Amino acid sequence: MKTIRIGCGAGFSGDRIEPAVELATHGDLDYLIFECLAERTIALAQQAKARDPRGGYDPWLRERLTAVLPVCAARGISIVTNMGAANPLAAADVVADVARALGLAGLRIATVTGDDVVDLVIASRLVVVESGEPVEALGDRLVSANAYIGAEPIVSALAQGANVVITGRVADPSLFVAPLVHAFGWRFDDWPALGRATLVGHLLECAGQVTGGYFADPGCKDVDGLERLGFPIAEVPEHGPVTVTKVKGSGGRVTPTTCKEQLLYEIHDPSAYLTPDVVADFSHVHIVDAGDDRVSLDGASGRTRPDQLKVAIGYRDGYVGEGQISYAGPGAMRRGELAARIVRERLRAAGIAAADIHCDLIGVNALFAARSERLPTDRAEPCEVRVRVAARTPSVEAAARVGREVEALYTNGPAGGGGATASVREVLSMATTFVPRALVACAVRYEVI
Amino acid sequence: MTLRRISHARSGDKGTTINISLIAYDARDYPRLARHVTADRVKARFAAIVSGDVVRYELPAIGALNFVLSGVDGGGVTRTLALDAHGKSLSMALLEMEIPDDDQ
Repeated sequence: MKTIRIGCGAGFSGDRIEPAVELATHGDLDYLIFECLAERTIALAQQAKARDPRGGYDPWLRERLTAVLPVCAARGISIVTNMGAANPLAAADVVADVARALGLAGLRIATVTGDDVVDLVIASRLVVVESGEPVEALGDRLVSANAYIGAEPIVSALAQGANVVITGRVADPSLFVAPLVHAFGWRFDDWPALGRATLVGHLLECAGQVTGGYFADPGCKDVDGLERLGFPIAEVPEHGPVTVTKVKGSGGRVTPTTCKEQLLYEIHDPSAYLTPDVVADFSHVHIVDAGDDRVSLDGASGRTRPDQLKVAIGYRDGYVGEGQISYAGPGAMRRGELAARIVRERLRAAGIAAADIHCDLIGVNALFAARSERLPTDRAEPCEVRVRVAARTPSVEAAARVGREVEALYTNGPAGGGGATASVREVLSMATTFVPRALVACAVRYEVI
Repeated sequence: MTLRRISHARSGDKGTTINISLIAYDARDYPRLARHVTADRVKARFAAIVSGDVVRYELPAIGALNFVLSGVDGGGVTRTLALDAHGKSLSMALLEMEIPDDDQ
């Protein structure tokens, strides 16, 4: 029986590149997938495109493709990636440019477009789920609206012989579903098969998170070779259990525990994982350790796909200013608390609402807010604390005030403050709407180098 | 004892909703998790940061529970002023929860 081998070469835009090269070289792969588009990344990319019409694709595209294309071309490994972000056509031009520079004549590049639905959501007067108002009420704050499209256009591209498929906003698992549908000739209403393929995509899409990344807890869950963590491979037969593994000798581990954690990662109802392709059901998945960094998973299924596509809307939502400063030695925590109080009062005097000011003592209460009340009594005072003040403001000038007030603590605050830093960022918030899938027209452009 | 003795966990987010999985190392401990780690207890533990409901999903086939916490304060990943915008550290806060030692 034919078995397809799919690797995941990136789980986010800034992911390590070396494991992808290792996968392409030693993974005996049919397909190499790069998932590089977090929810907000596409809104950031849309802003980049607004500044430069040739921009707006993944910032690591050139470097990543330069590293993997030669070995993928030599071994006949097809690449599928959403590194097109807000500008898949410009990204495809970069891939073509890289391929020419590497002398890879005959490479077939396909570009999937159609996920950008800004005009559609405004013209259709679609309503934002979170606010209950039409999208157009966002006015000039609206930055992006991208539909999560499914596997179908990617399958068309692969059917035309594409070696590299570049997309924008595609549902993450669909990047993996598409090669499996193409390889096995599944129908787009074969829900159990699509549910099973979605399991493969879900397990692999965060790359190192299923091979021992985001997992190690020394003494409880040890992982060897994390510094050279290998990325995952799925071995998928047409029917039956799928196997998750990694390149022999690479760092990390693939065990039932790593697979269970990733199976539930960012999952709500495990019996109803909604994607554009299928409503997948992971609630009856069972997991068997096949040993030697090989884990077998079976029992995923699926039901009829949703009628509507989810649309991620990005909009400008003010600014966040932040400042940090450290205190150490005896009384560090009380001096840190005094510093935070001083900055809070000065920012309120400057007109920033108390509800928009947030103070942490990093090392004391920044992460587990719920425990901060009892910390001073059940733990010795920390030998150093870092004060962090963050505030949400409507203007960039007001945001800059936050860091300035923290820096002013040097000469206007408690004794012994050091290492102050300040930053300002524009907030790009995300909201959701849904669009009937029939209204979203995808297209595929082909080019041969 | 703490949950960390018998289970592991991972958290992730989707906007203003965070999920935390809780997985028994040994499937025989799953009933203890199911008995002691209720949605109400998890809601109480994270009351300082989560205002909405906590829903618990049960996955006996892999010895796991999945908690979905909605209404995370601060407006979710993009708007929050919290240091850990994604709630990625919350899995460890759950593993610190105490359950009885002698209950098999």
